[in-house]
Amino acid sequence: MDTGDTAWVLASAALVLLMTPGLALFYGGMVRTKSVLNMMMMSFGALALISVLWVLYGYSVAFGDDLGGGLVGDPTQFLGLSGLLGESNLVFTVPAMAFVAFQAVFAIITVALISGAVADRARFGAWMVFAGIWATIVYFPVAHWVFAFDGATAGEDSLGGWIANRLAAIDFAGGTAVHINAGAAGLALALVLGKRIGFGKDPMRPHNLTLVMIGAGLLWFGWFGFNAGSAIGANGIAAVAWVNTMVATGAASLGWLLTEKVRDGHATSLGAASGVVAGLVAITPACSSLNPVGSIVLGFVAGGLCAMAVGLKFRFGYDDSLDVVGVHLVGGLVGTLGVGLLATADAPAGVDGLFFGGGVDQLWRQAVGAFAVLAYSFVVTFVLGTILQRTIGFRIDAEDEVSGIDLAVHAESAYDLASSSTGTFRPGAGAVSVSTSDEGVRA
Amino acid sequence: MKLITAVIKPHKLDEVKAALEAFGVQGMTVSEASGYGRQRGHTEVYRGAEYTVDLVPKVRVEVLVDDGDCSDVVEVVVKAAQTGRIGDGKVWTMPVDDVVRVRTGEHGIDAL
Repeated sequence: MDTGDTAWVLASAALVLLMTPGLALFYGGMVRTKSVLNMMMMSFGALALISVLWVLYGYSVAFGDDLGGGLVGDPTQFLGLSGLLGESNLVFTVPAMAFVAFQAVFAIITVALISGAVADRARFGAWMVFAGIWATIVYFPVAHWVFAFDGATAGEDSLGGWIANRLAAIDFAGGTAVHINAGAAGLALALVLGKRIGFGKDPMRPHNLTLVMIGAGLLWFGWFGFNAGSAIGANGIAAVAWVNTMVATGAASLGWLLTEKVRDGHATSLGAASGVVAGLVAITPACSSLNPVGSIVLGFVAGGLCAMAVGLKFRFGYDDSLDVVGVHLVGGLVGTLGVGLLATADAPAGVDGLFFGGGVDQLWRQAVGAFAVLAYSFVVTFVLGTILQRTIGFRIDAEDEVSGIDLAVHAESAYDLASSSTGTFRPGAGAVSVSTSDEGVRA
Repeated sequence: MKLITAVIKPHKLDEVKAALEAFGVQGMTVSEASGYGRQRGHTEVYRGAEYTVDLVPKVRVEVLVDDGDCSDVVEVVVKAAQTGRIGDGKVWTMPVDDVVRVRTGEHGIDAL
């Protein structure tokens, strides 16, 4: 065991965990006042549920010994994380439990990312059922395809996933498993749930852009754990990934702002924040295989392309409310395919892409990995979402949607700015004792 | 008596208030308002999608005056609120039957 590596992986896991509350702010600021709490609750719901499922069987499905074909790990091998508590259980140079922690937060944020596609209109209970099943049949297996290396997590002779080992596509931190996966699922779910009432007609302005920018800042901060932490060590690979993550993100924000300035006449704060996320997404698979100048090119292209891609939903008429497709699917594809073009053998991954004389060998591997995840996620999500909609019901009533999902589903409202509400207070079943001698009520 | 209602640009409120005080007006009611005239709101852009915001923030100033002062006070308000650009607002007057000062019960001109 290496204590330096372990410290970095544990710290990175905490950084990545912060990304999901950051995402809640990023998404929450973009919806209207009547649905901000529901938007944030979908992220917090994923935090609560997926952390439990991950410990119970998720880690084992993703990182247990392969059951065949590189498709899924053995769910019984590490059921309840059994056999992993001892310090002698190492993954690379860190305790298995540190690796469990780091990978857990990836599963959480991937599920939370999807929620941006279904803002304002998804029943919370149905979302939670979807989140649990989706993680089980889509994320955990796909994480096995992409992140489980032969002999690394399930014993020396164990086999890992087909994309990581047989195909040998490079996805350092999850361009396919996280972003293409969540983006394709978001597209499928937006199609299943249908457009919001008034989509394309009513103004659905972001209600709080300062929240969006705080969220983007927290995402960027946490993403250093996501990408540099994926080195699973405190080493030179982590340092290269860190610098590439910083510079691609800056370039992407510039790319988005320039696109907006030319097209719409203004450089907007939402554009700056969105460009940051687009750049982070694009550099995620590529941060170990590009040099910093290549990262600038990748980020800049990703920022410009994503800024154009967010308009597609109006052209094709699907209500991907907060642009999970335009940012995560498109950004994930740019990054994953970009490895095949911009990779250089100088970088830690040691592979040359098309522009560095490596031919199309890596590019086709990247394309196969990207489209396999895209297709699997889209099809399974579409079927799962349709089944849930037909059985337990996924979308809220039209009346509740118009009056606001926060009040209808959570019995709360996010803001009381006017302080004009009057009414009576009744301590609910949660109140343990009510004391009249103190000021107010003790619960 | 007349009720003068002025809907003006919010940043002109201080100047209008000072001008009215200089004229000798004793009190006024100010409220936040929103609306539009010929300017038809403004446009905002989010991720490339344009939203037309119809209702623009305005301030409504209401002043009660004696009939003889009415046209002068309107002039004072217009002069103070004018920028010459679109969206400066409107001022209008209406006849008022009676006014009562709640504290004393005085009626009419005495209550102004």
